[in-house]
Amino acid sequence: MSDMKNKKLTPTQQEYKTFAKSREPKRPAFKNSIKAFIAGGLICTFGQFLTWVYMTFFDFTETTASNPTVATLIIITVLLTGFGVFDHIAQWAGAGTAVPVTGFANALASAAIEHRTEGFVLGSGGNMFKLAGPVIVYGVFSAFIVGIIAVVLKGLGGM
Amino acid sequence: MVLRGHQTWVYDANPVIAGSAAVGGPFEAQGPVAADFDLLHGDIWLGEKSFEKAEKKLLEQACEIAIDKAGIKKEDVHFFLSGDLMNQIISSSFAARTIGIPYLGLFGACSSAMEGLALAALLVNCQAARYALAGTSSHNGSVEKQFRYPTEYGAQKPPTAQWTTTGAGAALVASEGSGPRVTSATIGRVVDMGLSDPYNMGGAMAPAAVDTIEAHFRDLNIDARHYDLIATGDLGRVGHEIAIDLLRKHGIEMPKEIFTDCGIIIYSEKQPVFAGGSGCGCSATVTYGHLLNRLRKGDLKRILVVATGALLSPLSYQQRESIPCVAHAVSIEA
Amino acid sequence: MEKFLFAFLVGGGICVIGQIMMDVFKLTPAHTLSTLVVAGAVLGGFGLYEPLIKFAGAGASVPISSFGNALVKGALSEAERTGLIGVLTGIFEVTSAGISSAIIFSFLGALLFKAKG
Repeated sequence: MSDMKNKKLTPTQQEYKTFAKSREPKRPAFKNSIKAFIAGGLICTFGQFLTWVYMTFFDFTETTASNPTVATLIIITVLLTGFGVFDHIAQWAGAGTAVPVTGFANALASAAIEHRTEGFVLGSGGNMFKLAGPVIVYGVFSAFIVGIIAVVLKGLGGM
Repeated sequence: MVLRGHQTWVYDANPVIAGSAAVGGPFEAQGPVAADFDLLHGDIWLGEKSFEKAEKKLLEQACEIAIDKAGIKKEDVHFFLSGDLMNQIISSSFAARTIGIPYLGLFGACSSAMEGLALAALLVNCQAARYALAGTSSHNGSVEKQFRYPTEYGAQKPPTAQWTTTGAGAALVASEGSGPRVTSATIGRVVDMGLSDPYNMGGAMAPAAVDTIEAHFRDLNIDARHYDLIATGDLGRVGHEIAIDLLRKHGIEMPKEIFTDCGIIIYSEKQPVFAGGSGCGCSATVTYGHLLNRLRKGDLKRILVVATGALLSPLSYQQRESIPCVAHAVSIEA
Repeated sequence: MEKFLFAFLVGGGICVIGQIMMDVFKLTPAHTLSTLVVAGAVLGGFGLYEPLIKFAGAGASVPISSFGNALVKGALSEAERTGLIGVLTGIFEVTSAGISSAIIFSFLGALLFKAKG
């Protein structure tokens, strides 16, 4: 895909692009991955702890306990986002906070909070899904395709 | 004749910067040139209801202070030239509404400071105005909201990212009086080397800076040693290094002691600003505060400020366009 | 107790995949997360995601990929009950807690908080 982009550039531009890339400080991918692993792992472990709490002290089963677990993580994320702390944690953790449901909640909360200056309907309401929209759209659409394929295959298998 | 070479103006009637002002926010207050700011705010809201309103207030304050320091009233100023990064340059337009001076809106992205100064000096030099005010502003919150992500969003910024300055600068150019003189300006062409990463503006803008510097030296038949200091607007640490190499490749000698960048000057290495400062306010506050002070003190005699701008929009990036850039150079002498 | 260890390892592992997508393949967070969601949906369709959840608990159910799996689960279980139309009507059945709470609490957040910059 990046080759296609390069084809539209003149030789001088391509040369500069390669040159600029070589002078670009590389993203510390390895270090970031370690941090993401630790942060993501900790968040999921905390989620497991919450599941255990909800199963032990409340009336939840293994399957239904994921609901209050996710809701709790979401509430904590919204609070951290509101207090201006989440983005600092995320700068360190990278995918460690973005990939768990905390990333989804932060996307919604940060957009809603930022755009309240444009009012609660068009601002917070209208912009809430600015960042999280793609996840929902692609999640639903892929579930739809997978669902159709699975049902059709099952139907064919049944014949 | 004012036109020299292909794209340079030489101001033979000696327009003077009779008053200048730099206003900044909390990050700028912790930087190494905080003492050169006329006004520094402790928080980025400035008591306003939105980041956009706060940015407008920054610009209004810078304009008022610059006019005040020039010893005149705002009714005396003939024209107000201003630009910023907001959609439809609302910071400038709304500040112009408050200030009430006949208004020319500009867009040069982060090169707006020098674009404004070049045009203001031209108006004064050609007797189209006795007093012309050039201003510009930027605000970290409003720029991140418009171009990238909400400020509380947890996206991890790479080492090439820059920190948009929350600040405004203004310069009152007059046909007579005492103060640093604007001596020449080179208007840049738009240069696009096909880079498209909005988190690496320095890399995208460096070619434009080099192109304008080259044109400036060619049109005036001088070299870098003509100046005590040459400062680019906001190439940042990454773009600055690239510019040095690019200048060498183009056969332009640029002594390291005189070549610097406002984005590197404005913040210290300890501040979490990745590759350095950016935004219209960066070159404006550093030039109209720190650099002009050094000229006034006699520390510097001749400087060239090459403000660089990345002319993308959030939409152009989504449509897979690359980033076209421009750089405008203005020379100022004590 | 080992569930906690597996949760840590699997959850961390999925995050590392996301980090590599962002740093090495230079994808934006939106592209990365969308890809992970679709991956979760596809794995869910093949019946491979549920065993992962049984094994790693929150390590598989907290990352965004489980959202894709939950959407497919909802679609398929409703399709079993009501036929093909169930693929449309059942999609949000299982995930409604996550989506509802995210919307509700984000909106409350907007009412209570101001951006800090």
